[in-house]
Amino acid sequence: MLKLLLGRAALLVPTFFGVTLLSFALIHLVPGDPVAVRVGEHGVPPEQLAAMRHTLGIDQPLWKQFLDYEVQVLHGNLGTSIVSQDSVWHEFITLFPATLELALSAMLFATLIGLPLGVVAAVRRGSVLDYGLMGVSVAGASMPIFWWGLILILVFSEWLGWTPVSGRIAPNFYIDGGTGFYLIDALFYSDDPGTFRSVLSHLVLPTIVLGTIPLAVIARMTRSAMLEVLGEDYIRTARAKGLSEFRVVTVHALRNALIPVITVIGLQIGALLAGAILTETIFSWPGVGYWLVQSVDRRDYPVLQGGVLLVASLVMLVNLTVDLTYGLLDPRIRR
Amino acid sequence: MKWTHCTLAGLLVVATLWPHASIAKTLVYCSEGSPENFNPQLDLTGTSYDAEQPIYNNLVEFKLGTTEIIPGLAESWDISADGLIYTFHLRKGVKFHKNHLFTPTRDFNADDVIFSFERQWKDTNPYHNVSGGTYYYFADMSFPKLLKSIEKLDDYTVQFTLTEPQAPFLSDLGMNFTSILSAEYADVLMKQGKPELIDQDPIGTGPFEFVQYQKDALIRYKKFPDFWGPKAKLDGLVFAITKDPSVRLAKLQAGECQVSSYPTPADLPAIKADPKLQLLDQPGLNIGYLAFNTLKKPFDDKRVRLAVTMAIDKQAILAAVYQGAGQPAKNLIPPTVLGFNDAIQDYPHDVAAAKKLLAEAGLPDGFETDLWAMPVQRPYNPDARRVAELIQADLAAIGVKAHIVTYEWGEYIKRVNLGEPMLAENGWTGDNGDPDNFYTELLSCAAARIGGSNASKWCNKDFDALINRAARLTDPAARAELYRQAEVIQHDEQPIYLIAHSITYVPLLKTVKGYKMSPLSRHQFDDVDLE
Repeated sequence: MLKLLLGRAALLVPTFFGVTLLSFALIHLVPGDPVAVRVGEHGVPPEQLAAMRHTLGIDQPLWKQFLDYEVQVLHGNLGTSIVSQDSVWHEFITLFPATLELALSAMLFATLIGLPLGVVAAVRRGSVLDYGLMGVSVAGASMPIFWWGLILILVFSEWLGWTPVSGRIAPNFYIDGGTGFYLIDALFYSDDPGTFRSVLSHLVLPTIVLGTIPLAVIARMTRSAMLEVLGEDYIRTARAKGLSEFRVVTVHALRNALIPVITVIGLQIGALLAGAILTETIFSWPGVGYWLVQSVDRRDYPVLQGGVLLVASLVMLVNLTVDLTYGLLDPRIRR
Repeated sequence: MKWTHCTLAGLLVVATLWPHASIAKTLVYCSEGSPENFNPQLDLTGTSYDAEQPIYNNLVEFKLGTTEIIPGLAESWDISADGLIYTFHLRKGVKFHKNHLFTPTRDFNADDVIFSFERQWKDTNPYHNVSGGTYYYFADMSFPKLLKSIEKLDDYTVQFTLTEPQAPFLSDLGMNFTSILSAEYADVLMKQGKPELIDQDPIGTGPFEFVQYQKDALIRYKKFPDFWGPKAKLDGLVFAITKDPSVRLAKLQAGECQVSSYPTPADLPAIKADPKLQLLDQPGLNIGYLAFNTLKKPFDDKRVRLAVTMAIDKQAILAAVYQGAGQPAKNLIPPTVLGFNDAIQDYPHDVAAAKKLLAEAGLPDGFETDLWAMPVQRPYNPDARRVAELIQADLAAIGVKAHIVTYEWGEYIKRVNLGEPMLAENGWTGDNGDPDNFYTELLSCAAARIGGSNASKWCNKDFDALINRAARLTDPAARAELYRQAEVIQHDEQPIYLIAHSITYVPLLKTVKGYKMSPLSRHQFDDVDLE
């Protein structure tokens, strides 16, 4: 197990380097720089522009900028936002709970619905229900997040008035301090019981939008894994023993079918963070995704590089954890 | 199992308690983005200024809804006969806000004025390099060159001496970058070793106090009870940051905000049709245009410029692209600005005359040109690509083959300022409502240098003499006359083809009273009330 852990961890080093290089290269391949973007149509004298570029260090050759950045990152310093002058790490830590809260909630939604759907489809294989569920799941997996979000806002917020349009909490509720996870903060850092309700209602639509694709993927994966397991000899044996169908499906089949499903759930974290960028933009959700989009507009290099690096590290960490969990669940992999 | 039951029961109890309605009168404004920080000295965007406006005051201010200068923190001022010395008499008894870091011990005085300017001006000021130390507007408005000295004559008198007379100087002092910050707060933060907080936890003298900024989500303000002017009618003000315009409209219609920023032209019919909403409109302080590069052939020939001008169907562009949110431009400045020349007759759309002019210029078969289209939506041009396509089709009718070119926005501006394109779409949004801010930036010889903001690189000595003289006069009527003469030269020489001034809109609920649109595209809530 230790060997597995060390082996996987060693792979992280080149990946990490690759991510910094790639994010640096991509950002600098885009024409325009932060000074040009901020100045806009204004005719700031060239010497002043040069001075501004010098202050930011973007007048240096690219290789030098990259090396400086690497050294800085290895010292644990991700730099300072060109726009807000706040440290990239501090901004990330401030915004990340919002993204995590949304991602976890979307994951929970996707799993709680996707898993039973997959099981039902597998058990009723070939039935109208199976085709119906899988049809819906294909549609879900191919749904453009932006369009889906706007449709839900139109129906549930504008026409029916059931949910708020966007944001994380209604402005008349005030949470000061706390963990950054509003569901928790609303309970412990606010005197007003309505706060929790407001937070919960704001979470509904973004959760559905962000959770739709993982839901579809999980449902499909569960179905195929279940189908494979349901054809095994030991399932026939279990049935022959006279166990109830419910017990056969949930205890004997599902438990074994879960192994690939867990891997898929883990891999969805990367997809969730990517989806969060769009979801957060539509729902004005103040998380890491919206932060990154804004920094692209403003060419805020430190935020973009640092943000991409942190998100990528997170995805790597989750994948590592999934690998290890997989090892725990299936003893054959540990060898 | 027990745990799950307890949690569920807990959730049920909590969920059944309804949210308490807020008793205080709070207005929610759906803004389009996050502010860069809370110090207008460092910023360049209207989004940031909107967020800073409620907190700060200037020596002089723009009367709400106009570009007229009125007293702010200066009660009155004297200007020397040569236009070089401005003496400001400061208002007494003006209180600063307080926050968890700072409680003011004195009222506003001359030290605050000196600090607010010297931070941007002098590298000896301890705050000069704080928060990046880049003061774009201070540089852009040529203040380092314009200012000779700023002196405190006594606690309530400050004297500015200029290096040359500058008529728009008072208007400049109404702009956000000259907002007055507290010198005492700066000292306190410096002693605490946290000077950068002056730009993040703002202290000002304005009608609203800053309460909280939840990054990328909300900005909260509360009424400042000790404000020196008429007190705000609202108890609280919230900016709900909402990037997507369709979502902003949805929030407005759902009553989640009462005022919203920048609707898209496509949403205007829906807003007008909604009985709960009202839609305010006003000509924007801007100009969208097409620049002829007068350094490049064949656009160095006035006849070619006029031919292209007459070939373009302006009304078609306004109908197809601006969709009612634009008015055709015939002056560089919009009609609301001093010196607008209404006597100018716009050139007609006349293909035959255009062809004739081209033939006279020795190009009867037309020619090939590039045609640069901006990659972004700007206040003065909602869809530059579409405008370029329409112009391309119009030019084809007189035998001119135009190839549409575009670049990323920062790169685009850089290349246009370097004089690379032959034909380039461009535009400008006024900073302070003064005509000089349009003419000098866009058509002066100084800005025609390579890298300067005069995209046509046109430099006409007579025109330049007029606008330079106008910038030095303080009499508005005399200035207006000079700008009107300058506009005639501009019209005759046609270095740029004027497209439109956009119309800006603010949608709001009918329950909002007293909202005035700002010609400077600010969103201000000083006088606003809720029914």
